Amino acid sequence: MKPFTYERATSPAGAAAAAATAPGAKFIAGGTNLLDLMKLQVETPSHLIDVNGLGFDRIEPTPEGGLRVGALVRNTDLAADPRVRRDYAVLSRALLAGASGQLRNKATTAGNLLQRTRCPYFYDTNQACNKRRPGSGCAAIGGFTRGHAVVGASEQCIATHPSDMAVAMRVLDVTVETVRPDGSTRAIPIADFHRLPGDTPDVETALTKGELITAVVLPKPVGGRQTYAKVRDRASYAFALISIAAVIEPDGAGRVALGGVAHKPWRVAAADAALPQGAKAVTERLFADAHPTTENRFKLPLVERTLAATLAEHKAEAA
Amino acid sequence: MKFDQPATTNPIDQLKVIGYPHDRIDGPLKTTGHAPYAYERHDIVADPAYGFILGSAIAKGRIASIDTGAALAAPGVLKVVTWKEAGPLAKSKNHTAHLLAGPEVEHYDQAVAIVVADSFENARAAAKLVRIDYQREPGRFDLSQQVGRAPPKGASSGEGSGSEPVDRVGDFEAAYASAPVKIDRSYSTPDQSHSMMEPHATLAVWNGDRLTVWTSNQMIAWAVRDLSETLKIPKENVRVVSTYVGGGFGAKLWIRSDAVMAALAARAAGRPVKVALTRPQIMNNTTHRPATVQRIRLGAGHDGKITAIAHESWSGDLPGGKPETSVSQTKLLYAGANRLTADYLATLDLPEGNAMRAPGEAPGLMALEVAMDEMAEALGQDPIAFRILNDTQVDPEKPGRAFSHRNLIGCLELGADRFGWSRRNPRPGQVRAGRWLVGMGVAAGFRNNLLMKSAARVEVTRDGRVVVSTDMTDIGTGSYTIIAQTAAEMLGVPMETVTVNLGDSSFPASSGSGGQWGGNNSTAGVYAACQKMRDEVAQKLGSNSADIHFEGGQVQMGDRRIPLAEAAGGMSVEDAIEYGDLGKTYQQSTFAGHFVEVGVDAFTGEVRVRRMLAVCAAGRILNPKSARSQVIGAMTMGVGAALMEDAVVDKRIGYFVNHDLAEYHVPVHADIPHQEVIFLDETDPISSPMKAKGVGELGLCGVGAAVSNAVYNATGVRVRDYPITLDKLIERLPEVA
Repeated sequence: MKPFTYERATSPAGAAAAAATAPGAKFIAGGTNLLDLMKLQVETPSHLIDVNGLGFDRIEPTPEGGLRVGALVRNTDLAADPRVRRDYAVLSRALLAGASGQLRNKATTAGNLLQRTRCPYFYDTNQACNKRRPGSGCAAIGGFTRGHAVVGASEQCIATHPSDMAVAMRVLDVTVETVRPDGSTRAIPIADFHRLPGDTPDVETALTKGELITAVVLPKPVGGRQTYAKVRDRASYAFALISIAAVIEPDGAGRVALGGVAHKPWRVAAADAALPQGAKAVTERLFADAHPTTENRFKLPLVERTLAATLAEHKAEAA
Repeated sequence: MKFDQPATTNPIDQLKVIGYPHDRIDGPLKTTGHAPYAYERHDIVADPAYGFILGSAIAKGRIASIDTGAALAAPGVLKVVTWKEAGPLAKSKNHTAHLLAGPEVEHYDQAVAIVVADSFENARAAAKLVRIDYQREPGRFDLSQQVGRAPPKGASSGEGSGSEPVDRVGDFEAAYASAPVKIDRSYSTPDQSHSMMEPHATLAVWNGDRLTVWTSNQMIAWAVRDLSETLKIPKENVRVVSTYVGGGFGAKLWIRSDAVMAALAARAAGRPVKVALTRPQIMNNTTHRPATVQRIRLGAGHDGKITAIAHESWSGDLPGGKPETSVSQTKLLYAGANRLTADYLATLDLPEGNAMRAPGEAPGLMALEVAMDEMAEALGQDPIAFRILNDTQVDPEKPGRAFSHRNLIGCLELGADRFGWSRRNPRPGQVRAGRWLVGMGVAAGFRNNLLMKSAARVEVTRDGRVVVSTDMTDIGTGSYTIIAQTAAEMLGVPMETVTVNLGDSSFPASSGSGGQWGGNNSTAGVYAACQKMRDEVAQKLGSNSADIHFEGGQVQMGDRRIPLAEAAGGMSVEDAIEYGDLGKTYQQSTFAGHFVEVGVDAFTGEVRVRRMLAVCAAGRILNPKSARSQVIGAMTMGVGAALMEDAVVDKRIGYFVNHDLAEYHVPVHADIPHQEVIFLDETDPISSPMKAKGVGELGLCGVGAAVSNAVYNATGVRVRDYPITLDKLIERLPEVA
């Protein structure tokens, strides 16, 4: 860990302004990912702006009938909220599938969206990584790629986004609200929030310099039967090999998003449309442009079979 | 005490204290955080300096130049020690790689420097400022490329088991060629990391030319010897203390870089230094269980009797290293007149391979006991019946040599009954419970019982307390407790009267902890010292040992009853158990039947263990509670080996890529169902006066194969490359949807 300076933010715009002006500044909230990365010097901020004092810790109804989830709402609290459990079960299930109870108690909504990849080459500062050190190359390509992206990757980066929560948010089409250093605010659709790696895998989100997440807005309840299927190498406390957030209507229509397959939660409109045709049709559309490696090719049939299980459960329950 | 005749009736047979499931006497200290581990010895030094080890960024090559200037100038930094500053160091024979690199680099993350600072954080930050230019050299990182080419190499596993390079009995090739039923199968097991809870850690303090290290080590006397050899200082000048050890599994059989680098750093800085390895360093800086590729050929008659058995194993290590002796159990487990076993050693430039819990047998049985199931299927026989049919009561290589006591059949039969084996459908892939394909598997467990000299000192204080001191370690196994039970039994006092001091080289040298030898040997050493105390007390009272009894805190001699404090207060004796050739005359081994039921998700291929049972035959069980803890922990490790543990080699760069516990998976609670353990009620008077044998590794041996056999029974898919992860199953599972 490199020495750093530290301040407690007192206003959202002030925090954003400080982050834009102080060189090497980063926000810190739960710190469950950032502190680990700082110890390894994967992250080397020279200034930390602690946003924990800014409020943003409430879940409130919106005029549109949805919920505004403060950026600092802890994962545990979000998963346990009765309104979330009732109307956005996929979100609650995804949260509870992630990390451990201790981590969820600390981790925040915004921080979860911003967590970094678990690519082991990203984690080892001796190895080339365009995400950690732009231009240094990608040691993962040609290396151990079992957990890596099968779709939407680039020649610069094949990392995946590790969040479970974000996959559920993608299937719910949430909006990310922010404040910028000049005090202006904006709302970013979750579809546009995370980026594909392209030539700049170090740029992971649509956030601009200093921009601070203040809330995530859930749309009015979308109904349907909501599930989150997470497939992993052990029963708990492991990142997803693949995961499927699904919202299925009684007539078989619905929407799906995948985790563990791309640099961002993966959702394809044509795949949603194919849901009534079954798992194979959906999977083909989700992976129309897939480029798996020999080590992670299994993710394609795994998605299809896991989706088949999900659809079978929906059908059994509907019957 | 020389133990060269089978034990007859002795005070341990009273079973007033021994054989009871006493809670750990160190339990309250541990659960309340009052048992200090090496890094927590705040009582020794109030203000130590902190060392952070910098590891090599390359797997093989040379350090062309090293610049420590920026690190030395960083805040709080006291010293940077590289091979240039370290002075001459030797390599003890137990280390394959040097514990400090330079200028040659032998493996990735090999220590190249230690940065000493006033805080851990400053030391760690400054370590990143050391600038090193490496000259990379090509390395050999791919075991598969050397399979079939590497030369045979025999070795001791370092934990007792071992083998000749190539062993032959009869004419394997001819017998195999003419066998009416045969199989020829290859299996692979991956590199594995010990992943014990407590990282390697050391506090080093110099007093003049005398060094004391508080460290985390399984074998205190070996640590003294290896530190003295490495640092080139007299053994008398080294003291090693490991009062509590947070798991070892073989990773702490020998000193590692933390101990040597802490000593070097403390000498250079002129003040005490403490060092702990980080979790990623444990994967590449220390040792691991080497990967294996194994070929097994079995030939049998239609009656199911094995006529030909061959087991060959390939593993790799650094130049001068040793093989993983995966074939050792195959020499002893089953009958068969024509036999071939061989270990081959490839040269690899990966971190050092070395002993991990049940070295040899753990990966060896993962292959052999699957091959036995495959052979049973080829014969159309039940896997248990096939194993029982091929049981042997003598060493199959030397039929004149009997097992001291062998009841593998009892383990298998009782286990089959308790587990409901008769309900198993022998046709795979037939049993469905909702989403789950359900199957049962069995495997034999086998691990040798090893005999090691072990000494102890026993004192009776003036107020009648019994104090036992030995350099034996408690690595989470329960040594403190069984030693107290032994002394209490021998001297007729309640457990609470006994104080046990362990893990200090100033105490008599014990067997230490490793190779499941610690329990039997260290208590036998305490038995010897207690017997000497009994003899001396008898002599003092003008009697002989046969006529006096130690009971209820008193010494009884005819009608006389003398409090122990009066009879023995102030006396101190020391003795050791030393073994004759009973270990050669008889084959001493431990046996188990492992039973596993798994569910395999018919859609995703995820494997979840549903039930586990181990039936163990391991001589007298000194404490059923701590023994059970050993076995269920080992069964858990077996599930990890079967289903998830895999230190993945990047064959381009030459290192274990997934070097933390987020990516190197060991089982979590949710992976482990109820585990049942049954100990057969038996004694082995040939093993020691305790009539006990080892059990801590037996619990692991065979578990992986039982899991594998259960997965096959559930799915009809045979995966021969461990771990059995869902990607290896999914394309071969029955269609769904």
